[in-house]
Amino acid sequence: MEKKLYERPIIRPLNTGLMNKYGNRTEYMPVTHIEGASVKEMLKKYGSPLFVFSERQIRENIRSAKRAFETRYPKVQFAWSYKTNYLNGICSIFHQEGSWAEVVSRMEYDKALHNGVSGDKILFNGPDKTDADLREAIKNNSPIHIDHLDELYRLTEIATELNVKPRVAIRVNMDVGVYPMWDRFGFNYESGQAWDAINKIMATGKLNLIGLHTHIGTYMLSPNAYGVAGYKMADLAIGIQQKFNTTIQYIDMGGGFASKNTLKGSYLKGTDIVPEVAEYAEAICTSLLNAGFRNNDLPTLFLETGRALIDDAGFLLGTVIANKRLSDGRKATILDIGVNILFTSFWYDHKISPAQEFGSHTEDTVLYGPLCMNIDVVRENVTLPPMNAGDNIVIHHVGAYDITQSMQFISLRPAVVIVDKMANPHLLKRSETLEDMQRNELVPEHLKHNKN
Amino acid sequence: MKLRKNVAISDSGFIFNPSTGDSYSVNPVGMEMLTLLHEGTPKEKIKSQIMRDYVCDESTFEKDYYDFTLMLRNYKLLEEDE
Amino acid sequence: MSKPKYTIAVTGLNAIDSPGPGIAVIRGLKVAESFDVRIIGLSYEAMEPGIYLHNLVDKTYQIPYPSAGQDVLFERLTYIREQEEKIDFLFPNFDAELYSFIKLHKRLEGELGIKMYLPTLEQFEARHKPNLYEFGTKYEITVPFAQMIFSANDIHAVTEKMGFPIVVKGKYYDAKIAYNNEQATQYFNKISAQWGLPILLQEFVQGTEVNVCGIGDGNGNLMGAVPMRKLYITDKGKAWAGVSLDDKELIEITRKMVANTNWRGPFEMEFVKTSEGKYYLIEINPRFPAWCYLTVGSGQNQMEAMVNIAMGKKVEPFTDYKIGTMFIRYSNDLIVDIKEFEKISTEGEL
Repeated sequence: MEKKLYERPIIRPLNTGLMNKYGNRTEYMPVTHIEGASVKEMLKKYGSPLFVFSERQIRENIRSAKRAFETRYPKVQFAWSYKTNYLNGICSIFHQEGSWAEVVSRMEYDKALHNGVSGDKILFNGPDKTDADLREAIKNNSPIHIDHLDELYRLTEIATELNVKPRVAIRVNMDVGVYPMWDRFGFNYESGQAWDAINKIMATGKLNLIGLHTHIGTYMLSPNAYGVAGYKMADLAIGIQQKFNTTIQYIDMGGGFASKNTLKGSYLKGTDIVPEVAEYAEAICTSLLNAGFRNNDLPTLFLETGRALIDDAGFLLGTVIANKRLSDGRKATILDIGVNILFTSFWYDHKISPAQEFGSHTEDTVLYGPLCMNIDVVRENVTLPPMNAGDNIVIHHVGAYDITQSMQFISLRPAVVIVDKMANPHLLKRSETLEDMQRNELVPEHLKHNKN
Repeated sequence: MKLRKNVAISDSGFIFNPSTGDSYSVNPVGMEMLTLLHEGTPKEKIKSQIMRDYVCDESTFEKDYYDFTLMLRNYKLLEEDE
Repeated sequence: MSKPKYTIAVTGLNAIDSPGPGIAVIRGLKVAESFDVRIIGLSYEAMEPGIYLHNLVDKTYQIPYPSAGQDVLFERLTYIREQEEKIDFLFPNFDAELYSFIKLHKRLEGELGIKMYLPTLEQFEARHKPNLYEFGTKYEITVPFAQMIFSANDIHAVTEKMGFPIVVKGKYYDAKIAYNNEQATQYFNKISAQWGLPILLQEFVQGTEVNVCGIGDGNGNLMGAVPMRKLYITDKGKAWAGVSLDDKELIEITRKMVANTNWRGPFEMEFVKTSEGKYYLIEINPRFPAWCYLTVGSGQNQMEAMVNIAMGKKVEPFTDYKIGTMFIRYSNDLIVDIKEFEKISTEGEL
């Protein structure tokens, strides 16, 4: 007789209500392949844990987002938000698809140049730009998005000194009826700060005001808020036209569209409540088209969408290290994936799938990472089939921010691969080595003598 | 180690403890272990039977048997005189 | 002509101390004169009483919680549809599940042939508590003035405008009456800690609570409406007994709401009637209330009418109802074989 498949024995109380047997079946469908590439084989080849990206999904995301906007508005330009994911391979896909670069630091700026983006197609955002950064951006003719008055004055001085007229936009913050209001970046619309900055720029004549930029928040679930923002931005642009007879070339609506992840504390799944890109597009394009621009003055619409274009294209594969029972009877499973490489677990309840077949019974489990730190919790509570040490799991929707915000901490960071359309994985980044990590370390001579 | 005599085990994997009124569900391997425990089968015998019928090595059995009986004790399904 | 026999699925079988409307809906369908029914119960938990009421529910299936996501729900409903010869109609009865069912409306009808009769997503969203004041302004219905706030620092500015007392409300649940700024701050902190932000500060309206149970046909026509006043209330604020009212003004306000919004499907509107005879809309529930069997008792089987409208039958609007019909709710201990509990718990159907 052939032996039966073994599954760890489990017993769970029934009359506690809440979760029933038909709770989350789909979440437990085994995910054995990503875009046709075997999870187990990739882990064997590149080690565990492992980040995996789907090239097909990324291209589909950017193409459908472009379609959503371009079918509603005549002039649209996407700029890839580097901070969301600045692996060169990932950025290259977006640049191949026609996206410009949107950067918020000199490091990102240099990365965009390195990726072959021409300077005039790099939008330089953020509060942190040194004089040297500003000079570099001026040299490359990059649009500089001014965040505060100090920057405005510095830039004016540098422009005077160099006797050039840099291309600039100002960042505007505003009340769009959502909370919290992002008023720490840029100049406020309602209080008149934005107009004050515009007046200063126009009065000196040293800067070439070509755009207006806003970014109303992150993981925004309300497309309406973008509609409100669109009207206010258009109002400024039309005001500038009337007052100074200067045509604003572009309105940059920033990013902040939600991805399909589920926020902690949300009752409904992210996939159910997050608006489609088309709904954001409808709100934004309608507000701009109805704002009263004369036809030739219609500004180009820039979008810096990051999260919504990359999150669902990223997966994190890992391995069960051990199971244990906590003192209060709860089951705990320890993974080789820690919060140092899954930073977003602080605000998302990630979808987690086993990577192998299993029975129909499930149990509630805490998922811990491998770090010897109490904060290392991947999911506080998740219902999963019983898994044994050595089994594999797939964490979904980790494409945004997990790579860029990962920390080198306690262990070395994993490799990143991308699966192409032919189901072949390619390395985007090798796993870290001790050598990588210590490359910049120095030990002064007098500390070199070890008594052991 | 013995299961309380009055615990009712049904084929569907439904367990009812008439002393407390609590009910539970178990998966197939759990069901087999429970049934053997209910019959008073010694641990060594349970081990050999599970390892005969399932793809399971000794250390896995030891680990899981320990955890499973810990939960049974936790749910007060074992005889007190253990 | 022989009557058709419909298979109708119903949720909200929790006829407990704070009851779901499912059982009342089923009772209405069971006494329908224009059709016969097979009732499919859809339950979330194994101890919803309706599962065991075999004279009312022919077969029950467990369904996943809305938090599991629409795809899981759809997959389960597909399975249920495959077990049954047909499912003609589905009555969602819980606030928390309505969003998912509204979103699945097209797929359920298109792929599984299951009809529903629900408000649109826009109507559903517009009557949410934080949006209700705007809703009232837009559709010319008096709603107590309310303002959303995100910080306790904003309380003072609002109370300066509104005066005291003031109602401090959570986004979904909970409401407290505050008589000064200190109290309002205290309630703000308490309610926001439990239910999150924003908090709603609402003008306090004193009077009697009156409710209307009705249906709109989606084209602005009020197809039925029965006004009711609660005569006795449980400690959870639920009706224990109530009586149908002769209140033409309330019916007219209801008619206006349905006409202005093109409301589709069932609704319960909750009003406060002041001593001056002014009506303030407090809440709209986009489903039948647990007391909806009173509509049957007073001569408007609204559940039957709704199924017929959805089935494309010609339905005349109800114009009359028996005034002074009372309902008194009672509880009852059902004797259940543990085998039945075992079956629904382990197999997910009974």
